[in-house]
Amino acid sequence: MGLKQNLHNFRQKNKDKKWLPAFSAIHTFLFLPNETTHNGTHIKVADDLKRTMNTVIMAMIPCLIFGMFNAGYQHHLAFGEITQATGGFFSSEFWTLDNFSVGFWKVIPLVIVSYVVGLAIEILFAIKNSHEVEEGYLVTGMLVPLIVPIDTPLWMLAVAVAFGVVIGKEVFGGTGMNILNPALTIRAFLFFAYPTWMSGDKVWVHGAVEQDQLIAAGQNVDAISGETILGSLAQNKEAGYEIMDMFYGLIPGSVGETSTLLILLGGLFLIFTKIGSWRIMLSSVIGALVMGLIFNGVVSSGWITESSKFYGLMSTEFWHHLLIGGFAFGTVFMATDPVTASQTNKGKWIYGFLVGFISIMIRVFNPAYPEGVMLAILLMNVFAPTIDHYVVQGNVKKRMKRVKAKVA
Amino acid sequence: MSKDIRIKKGLDIKLVGEAEKATENAIVSNFYSIRPEDFHSIIPKLVAKEGARVKAGETLFYNKDNEAMKFVSPVSGEVTEVQRGPRRRIDAIKITADKEQAHVDHGKFDLSSDAEKVKAHLLASGCWAFIKQRPYDVVANSDKSPKAIFVSGYASAPLAADLDYTLAGKEAELQAAVTALSKLTDGGVHVSVGSYNSPLAKLDNTTTYNVSGPHPSGNVGTLINKVSPVNKGEVVWTVNAQDLVIIGELLLTGKFNAERIVALAGSSVKKPRYFKTLIGAEVSTMVYDNGVEQNGNDRIISGNVLTGKHVQPDGFLDYYSNVITVIPEGDDYEFFGWNKPVFNKISTSRALTFSWLSPKKKYDLNTNTNGEHRAFVTTGTYEEVFPLDIYPMQILKACMYQDLDEMEALGMYEVAPEDFALTEFVCVSKQPHQKIIREGLDLMLKEIG
Repeated sequence: MGLKQNLHNFRQKNKDKKWLPAFSAIHTFLFLPNETTHNGTHIKVADDLKRTMNTVIMAMIPCLIFGMFNAGYQHHLAFGEITQATGGFFSSEFWTLDNFSVGFWKVIPLVIVSYVVGLAIEILFAIKNSHEVEEGYLVTGMLVPLIVPIDTPLWMLAVAVAFGVVIGKEVFGGTGMNILNPALTIRAFLFFAYPTWMSGDKVWVHGAVEQDQLIAAGQNVDAISGETILGSLAQNKEAGYEIMDMFYGLIPGSVGETSTLLILLGGLFLIFTKIGSWRIMLSSVIGALVMGLIFNGVVSSGWITESSKFYGLMSTEFWHHLLIGGFAFGTVFMATDPVTASQTNKGKWIYGFLVGFISIMIRVFNPAYPEGVMLAILLMNVFAPTIDHYVVQGNVKKRMKRVKAKVA
Repeated sequence: MSKDIRIKKGLDIKLVGEAEKATENAIVSNFYSIRPEDFHSIIPKLVAKEGARVKAGETLFYNKDNEAMKFVSPVSGEVTEVQRGPRRRIDAIKITADKEQAHVDHGKFDLSSDAEKVKAHLLASGCWAFIKQRPYDVVANSDKSPKAIFVSGYASAPLAADLDYTLAGKEAELQAAVTALSKLTDGGVHVSVGSYNSPLAKLDNTTTYNVSGPHPSGNVGTLINKVSPVNKGEVVWTVNAQDLVIIGELLLTGKFNAERIVALAGSSVKKPRYFKTLIGAEVSTMVYDNGVEQNGNDRIISGNVLTGKHVQPDGFLDYYSNVITVIPEGDDYEFFGWNKPVFNKISTSRALTFSWLSPKKKYDLNTNTNGEHRAFVTTGTYEEVFPLDIYPMQILKACMYQDLDEMEALGMYEVAPEDFALTEFVCVSKQPHQKIIREGLDLMLKEIG
């Protein structure tokens, strides 16, 4: 009773203050507000935006924890301190405290920077525009650390988050109004502003960049290579990993994107809770498989040879594309963002299919950076309103036809 | 002739406090009140000034745009107060009832009369108020002839009065009313019923539809959309089934009898049941005796929980309602209410909300919004509870940015605010859908007319 009453009194006392949204953000975090309905429906469904966003975060938590273990595992593996885990997903070499602590101390700062910078900007804009702090950033803030390389410098992340939140979201009017997925805007900013930190064979394993700097300084240490599977394939090298390792996620990559298994579980959870759109996820997978099959067809009909620089990725078996790179993560957690995706059910099928299709296309043809999910989703974000427009026009046309039938 | 309409999209909201099928006479109300706001968009011209004596069925005011359209007193008595709001707008006309009731006698109506006579009779007797039109969901414009008239005989809204029960024994009145109404249109009178036992199922001069499926299967808007959606330039009329009885009685006996059987329902009511009362009666005559705690923290709603009006205990039964719902207010905080598992509230998601586990359970919901107002974020949730062939979110947004062309193209002529009650209920962003639609319709009415 005490805390509830005190917060309520504090709120009443400061009703007119400009900074109230900042207090509200904390207050409503602790307590579901005492707001009641006016006219209109007198009862409301139990869900609110906080619950919706929280559900998405819950779906990502396994990826986050796995990402911590994997960061440590890749680090120790690259430095030769441990041997390749052989026991599959539950391998004892993987789930060690040692791996976890390395990853934990690398990933948690990313999470903190992402949330602190992003929420601070959200609160500033909420105060400035005198509306409540909207919950959109709760998900964005968790997505960001999961889609960047483990060694991303924190100041870079802070700059990118500030850019992404302001330019990607607030200039459009905040949560619900943005055109591009804010988390991907942040990643795209990092990617184009600091490309050396976002691609190549050094950034995916914690310590590899440092090691390089030591070598450059003349020290006698071994260089570490942490090539992603896509990186290897793009250079027509062998993938170098077992299929099951790809599926379990014991591979280098961005923090949270590696474990297709856990992403799949997260996706199923989102579909079950009816928070994520199964239409987008399913059609995106179909789109990727179709594009993969087309490339496989090109290879098997002999139109390109092994000397082609696209041979490695094109000849990758079509369904392997689902397991490697950021495809699974992007499809489940980013393409399904309801604000930036298509909003009509028919539109979602088209949108999802094209996300998958274009992802694999860019992945194969992108010369500098062998991954396409980010750009495919951003591109389709831009086209989603157009898709919706034509879907809705179908409904409008039906209505017009009815009028015409009457007149005729 | 009858047809079946089955809808799949929708949501049955099961609440505690359904009215038991037993009717009592309500305590006779001393005061009655008619509120012009019930007749949306009508500008009243007052006839019965303060102090005037009126009989039941005598004109209180008429429509400024159509002098023939009268609005009448439900009781005989004295006009004791005309409450006015800003710019001298009439808020309410309060009548102190006589002990002995006297009715205006309009005379028995000859049901073989032509359309013009029917129209004039309904306009003059005050029964026109019961005829509403779409587009715009307002009292029907008597100058236009509708392409069809629709009546819903099946109430699917939560805790709605069971029309099969309240209309039982009124077949003669219902028949007289639809016979008269059927003369006003070439397209016939279309009636939806929940079962063939409905008193409305066996009427002549109607097309009967047996509707099934979750709410809003019983909304008249759903019936219109499935039978003959309103196109640009067309008008359809709608009449509430319980008001057909009043129209029918007027035609048969010449008396405007404002009597109505009203359900008193809701979880705050100790003994939910039906009452016989009059339009405009004080709700306190029904809610307290064996009903609601005098000092309870409850919300009294004239109408159902989705579309009704919030009234004070000294407020009045509005012109179109046949339900009074009383549910607890929800003006309290709930610790971590946004993320803890929820078992005692309804949800259409499964985001740690567990109402999907027990689809038959009846819930005791209060008026808490369960979250704050936000911009539209989630998609696809409205479509699941919206059976009309219209894109709900797109039309709501068109109303918000007031694009008349787009509103028209997306189907604004077909809808009424009540069609958006369920989307408002399930809205995660807690947007006031019905208000948005009402304002959109008002804008169209003003700009296009």
